[in-house]
Amino acid sequence: MEKKRVPLGKLKNSGLKGWLYLLPAIVFLGAFMVYPLIDVFVYSFEEGYNSASQTYFGVGLYNYSYVLRDPYFLQAVFNTFLLVIITVPLSTGIALLISVGLSSITPLRNLFQTVYFLPYVTNTLAVGLVFMILFKKTPYSDGLINLLIQWFGGESVDFIDGPYWAKMFVLCFYTIWVVMPFKILILTSALSSVDRQYYNAARVDGTSPFRIFRRITLPLISPMIFYLIITGFIGAFKAYSDAVALFGTNLNAAEMNTIVGYVYDMLYGDSGGYPSFASAAAILLFAIVLTITCINLLVSKKIKI
Amino acid sequence: MKVILQNLTKKFPGRDRKRREEVIAVNDFNFEIPDGKLIGLLGPSGCGKSTTLHLISGLQKPTGGRIFFGEDDVTDLPPENRGIGLVFQNYALYPHLTVRQNIIFPLENLKGKERLSRDEMLEKALEAARLVQIEELMDRRPGELSGGQQQRVAIARALVKRPKVLLLDEPLSNLDARLRLQTREEIRRIQRETKITTIFVTHDQEEAMSISDGIVVMKDGVVQQIGRPQEVYDDPVNLFVARFLGTPPINVFYGRLQENRLYIGEDAVMEIPGNGPGPDSREVYAAIRPEGFLLREDGPLCCRLEGVEVMGRDISVISGNNACCSGTIRSIIGTENRVNTGAESVRFALMPGKVFLFDRETEERIRFGEVSGAASGGVPGGISGAVSGKIPGGISGAVSGGSSGEAARGSLD
Repeated sequence: MEKKRVPLGKLKNSGLKGWLYLLPAIVFLGAFMVYPLIDVFVYSFEEGYNSASQTYFGVGLYNYSYVLRDPYFLQAVFNTFLLVIITVPLSTGIALLISVGLSSITPLRNLFQTVYFLPYVTNTLAVGLVFMILFKKTPYSDGLINLLIQWFGGESVDFIDGPYWAKMFVLCFYTIWVVMPFKILILTSALSSVDRQYYNAARVDGTSPFRIFRRITLPLISPMIFYLIITGFIGAFKAYSDAVALFGTNLNAAEMNTIVGYVYDMLYGDSGGYPSFASAAAILLFAIVLTITCINLLVSKKIKI
Repeated sequence: MKVILQNLTKKFPGRDRKRREEVIAVNDFNFEIPDGKLIGLLGPSGCGKSTTLHLISGLQKPTGGRIFFGEDDVTDLPPENRGIGLVFQNYALYPHLTVRQNIIFPLENLKGKERLSRDEMLEKALEAARLVQIEELMDRRPGELSGGQQQRVAIARALVKRPKVLLLDEPLSNLDARLRLQTREEIRRIQRETKITTIFVTHDQEEAMSISDGIVVMKDGVVQQIGRPQEVYDDPVNLFVARFLGTPPINVFYGRLQENRLYIGEDAVMEIPGNGPGPDSREVYAAIRPEGFLLREDGPLCCRLEGVEVMGRDISVISGNNACCSGTIRSIIGTENRVNTGAESVRFALMPGKVFLFDRETEERIRFGEVSGAASGGVPGGISGAVSGKIPGGISGAVSGGSSGEAARGSLD
């Protein structure tokens, strides 16, 4: 067959056409994603930026050194890391347990699936308020949880305005509760997509249920588990609204601030009006998330369950 | 290991909420599979053959009836205690494990005394792999193998525990035509070498006919006929079996029995000897195998010529007849014949052993030869003898078979 030559002019033309098709996407992504990203990066290096006059003194790393020395920021980083390390493995593990349970029962499965999914469609702040009331303790009344603790002979604790560990416990508990439905949804669908033939084959070979789970189910759904872990890490690092819902907007005073909360405070809080510090903190958060995600991806490629 | 199925029945509850009728997947299946034989369960989709296999494997529990392996009643045993190997239709190889890990998997499940050392396991796995000739693929994953290779791995995995009974569910349906031919020989060879009683399920009659020691034809959960492949082919008990076996399929005509003759349309095509139905005519189906047609200038059956296909090995004549109820008539004749493709019509003589008569109502086989004694010639169809003058001597000898009554009763020795 004879090779057909495409005229050069035509080739150029088709290239242009392609770019034309891409134009809407490029404009929108550029204006609303790439430009703000770059802008934040630029802000983070502009020292002494004044948002009213839009002027700055110079360019340098002062914003970063300020943020990294700010005890509130360090507190926020500590809180965030604690939250991530506690909630991501726990929520994924519990979600896996519940999904396996859900997929092994037949009666009422739909009902349970709905029940487990309900938190996903409820409002975070409303749920936070409910949690606050549950865990609250005032001089006049105890929340339901404290009543339970007293019932079992324990001493009531103020989870909302009390010791650090109690507040962190509520925050973790709440976070796990909120992220669970999505994980259960993903895992139940992953479990149901495993070909039943594998289970039949394993049954014929006399494989114990635990071994079936360990050697067949888990490896086959492992891509989904890694997906949940990675997105779970990212989501937990960006936690903010959960803390606000439980402890109100003055998170620094409550020692419950997160990195995103710190960024918000720097922009709009009582100490607000410092976009440069906020940008530096945001860039630091970005660096942390990027590093952790890269490590996650590497680990997920190395580990064969 | 002998496998005995006794009144095996499986009913499924109706799925539809409005119509809660039970679906009878397998209905009163009786069969004794002799030790070391290769048996094909054959039937169209939904006839209950796969369910039967699953009942034997223990993956499903029968609604009624018993299953024996040798002397042991295994009906209530779970699959893992029955000593079976099962090869699934899509092979069900674990995609994340290598071929070696896949084959070893059943061995790793063994506990206590039965558990082998790691080296023994690897040795056994290699042995099984050698049997199906995949020892050089041991470190690959299933995704990197062709369909035929996956099939072999699945068989190796089923064989590694030395099962008493090997079950294959549609073993060839996922392979392309050439591989299918090769793989079915392979299955035959493996079965011969291991001497394991093997039962396989297929909807492809050619597959079943070519390699099995015996076939079971099923329809709607009911066993239609059991016998050696050639016997069932030469002596179908009803129209369904006759139609189901053979490629190209059998040609079915509306026929009439009158005065000891078989009429197709207005043509009296064949003498029916002895106890013909007397002066009253009887409506029947006359089914004629494609190879049962002989091209004769003076043949009694006249058909419209519609086309000729030269296949190399033989010639396929496509023709039409108003009395034919299976669309076109496809007949296969030897290449020594010359067909005048310009002709309007073509005339055939019929080979008696290749013509079967069935009742129009019940579609059951109508046998005549047995009573008249004409079957002595050895042609199992039973209509032999009378028209022997028209048959070239060589052919009637070729279709000799065992006694016809045996086959339907369900034992193969």
